[in-house]
Amino acid sequence: MSEHTGAQPAAHAHTAPTGFIRKYVFSLDHKVIGLQYYFLALVAVFVGMFLSLFMRIHLVWPEANLPWFGHIKPEQYLTLLTMHGTIMVFFVLTTAPQSGFGNYFLPIQIGAPDMAFPTLNMLSFWTTFVSFVVMIAAFFVEGGAPLSGWTNYVTLSAIPSSGPGQGLGEDLWVISIAIFCVASLMGALNFITTTLDLRARGMSLFRMPLTCWAWFVTAMLGLLAFGVLLAGGILLLLDRNLGTSFFVPGGLNVSGNLSFPPGGLNPGGHPITHTGGSPLLWQHLFWFFGHPEVYIAILPGMGVASQLLSTFSRKPIFGYKAMVYAILAIGILGFLVWGHHMFMSGMSPYSAFAFSVMTMAIGVPSAIKTFNWLGTLWGGRIRFATPMLFAIGFVSLFVSGGLSGPFLAQPVLDIPLHDTAFVVAHFHLIMGVAAIFGIFAGTYYWFPKMFGRMMNETLGKVHFFVTLAGAYAVFMPMHYLGMAGQPRRYSQFTEVQYLLHLIPLNRFISIAAFITIAVQFVFVFNLFWSMKKGKKAEINPWEATTLEWTVPSPPPHDNFAGVTPVVNHGPYEYSVPGAPKDYVMQTDPATVTAH
Amino acid sequence: MATTFSPVAVEEPKIGGRGPTIVPPPRDGGWGGGRPDDHRDRLRRYRIGMFFALTAVVMLFVSFTSAYIVRQGVGTWSDASARYVTDWQPLTLPPILWINTIILLASSFTLAMARRTLSRRLKAAPRGGLSLAAEPELMAEQQRSIPWLAITLVLGAGFLIGQLLAWGQLRHLGIFVGTNPSSSFFYVLTGTHALHLLGGVLGLGYAGITSLLRKPLVTRFVVVDVTALYWHFMDFLWVYIFALLHFAR
Repeated sequence: MSEHTGAQPAAHAHTAPTGFIRKYVFSLDHKVIGLQYYFLALVAVFVGMFLSLFMRIHLVWPEANLPWFGHIKPEQYLTLLTMHGTIMVFFVLTTAPQSGFGNYFLPIQIGAPDMAFPTLNMLSFWTTFVSFVVMIAAFFVEGGAPLSGWTNYVTLSAIPSSGPGQGLGEDLWVISIAIFCVASLMGALNFITTTLDLRARGMSLFRMPLTCWAWFVTAMLGLLAFGVLLAGGILLLLDRNLGTSFFVPGGLNVSGNLSFPPGGLNPGGHPITHTGGSPLLWQHLFWFFGHPEVYIAILPGMGVASQLLSTFSRKPIFGYKAMVYAILAIGILGFLVWGHHMFMSGMSPYSAFAFSVMTMAIGVPSAIKTFNWLGTLWGGRIRFATPMLFAIGFVSLFVSGGLSGPFLAQPVLDIPLHDTAFVVAHFHLIMGVAAIFGIFAGTYYWFPKMFGRMMNETLGKVHFFVTLAGAYAVFMPMHYLGMAGQPRRYSQFTEVQYLLHLIPLNRFISIAAFITIAVQFVFVFNLFWSMKKGKKAEINPWEATTLEWTVPSPPPHDNFAGVTPVVNHGPYEYSVPGAPKDYVMQTDPATVTAH
Repeated sequence: MATTFSPVAVEEPKIGGRGPTIVPPPRDGGWGGGRPDDHRDRLRRYRIGMFFALTAVVMLFVSFTSAYIVRQGVGTWSDASARYVTDWQPLTLPPILWINTIILLASSFTLAMARRTLSRRLKAAPRGGLSLAAEPELMAEQQRSIPWLAITLVLGAGFLIGQLLAWGQLRHLGIFVGTNPSSSFFYVLTGTHALHLLGGVLGLGYAGITSLLRKPLVTRFVVVDVTALYWHFMDFLWVYIFALLHFAR
């Protein structure tokens, strides 16, 4: 501090750490933190995937003996289902596209040296990590992991004696999710502040890449949604452990124990002393979070798809501003539709009608986005590299999954379909596989920037085509299963008369799932093999325009080596007439010396 | 990178991705092309962050409030009286809460004084930081804020102790968290608020010892400034919670 006593070192001015711990473990560098999130999600996705593998095996060969689980009992099937959903939604779909890629690329794409609050950023990753450890610990406690589903509906979730795993396992579940909420809130406010305050000179909001818009709106959704889930979690913990009755009604009969008012006697067994609570209150709190959560999972994928479709079609994105407004509209409408998850709850038909109309209104911005994606592809000089394939796959899955949305948005159709495999097909296509395709697209696209090497294209294409065909083979027939009346969450159908003719189709789905799971190992092999042995990547291998392609791969500690970039162009200036190349970098000079 | 195309050509095509102007406006974005990051930038960044942190806190308490209203209105069918009855029994609030409220309001005032004392000189400072010559004077002004900070800390701690006493009084009456939904919400709302205020107390404590930690002068100012924002909000939040508990029993 020689001259400027008052001047503070900027957020980026922390010098590059040298020790292993500060560099790779408790790092303040957004790039390292982004990778930490990414690899945490990679571990989580494999845990979640194996749980689904066990479920698929059990559904068609219920007598099979599985490693670790042995012969699966019905309550164990529910445990698999609960933990699969929880791990996938929170630790994969929320973690990888937003916290992983967002952390790594948001600061670089807007021209900032780091996130706004690097220490808070580190803290949010390690809080997420603790949350994951607590969640996994639920498998190893007495009674095992909970079985009340990722939606954790009361009263099953609120009364410890309601099933194995509903004791300590369930407490760990709620605590883990509460910790996750805090971590996500810290992450969200960091993303928002970074986007609002750290943009480089010339990077106006409407010059941000659509990825940044998606991360920004996702952060807004997280900021407004996770506090609500946290409130629900706190109340649920109190109901479970301190005898309050926020959610638990009186007069319940759980495993032979009648629910009595406080101080009442209970003949035998653990006394349940609840009275007057509202199980629907939990559903409202949960889904007020839960529906925006769906968009938290999918919006970053939309951003990546927009980015890639434009880059690999060598065309500006069709309707940039319409895309931005569509993201904002989806974000806002996402908070007004939570009731469509609760049509089964016996809500007033008038409320159901309102929720139904709002839900179908989301079709409008979604259709705008799809239209613009197709408009971007139209007449483009398309380069079918692996990232582009996954981006096109994202659009395909988004449409296929989205089309069943307007069906389920209508109470009259949702009521018969809600507890069937139809809904499983719908949300897996649109929120599961589509979002995962966004993650894959981002991985193949940004891998050269993150690790300085290219991923293997042949393996990438094998991975893409098998995964795409597999995803459709798994989830398309489930629509039919649902309409034929196959209920979801049931552990076994092989002895139900009216479902017997569906067993061959279920076998087909299971086999398709095994193949799809197998090909994911090709991806993991490609990922780690390419880090060491992949072809060296140039600075800008895809000939893209955004700021991350102006810096070395991997980028230096403060991204721009102390030089703050100045932005002169929008993010999608491809095939500009008269330009020397078919793309104009965002940092290319605006003032021009003519020939 | 040599650019050899004409500006007219850059204007085409019209669709997609074009910012509002070709030449970047000077005040666009946060870092402004290599401008040194001075205390104003830092302050603005932390204020934005605090604003959004408080948004999340608002959502938490909005959720508690909606649960409060819903739970209060839920009835259980009673066969005996053949109608819906509620188990909600209005809670008489411990009178000490009035004293706590006054203490907390007073602490907001003293914290505002501490912030004023600190910020007078910094506000007038030129961009790019303060000159070395101003440092002794600034240091003296910083020292003058210490008593105000100390008083605020004592008042904040006093409020927390007062809340503990209120809980003790209820416990003495046999009213626990699980006794009745009204008492459950009382403990949840006041407890969550107290935890948040404890965060503010820790923030002020940190501001008080910045010089011991050899942090730059401006750190104390930034910490006090955003903690003041937070503290005033906690003050407002307490008045809101108190009013909810008092009027919507």
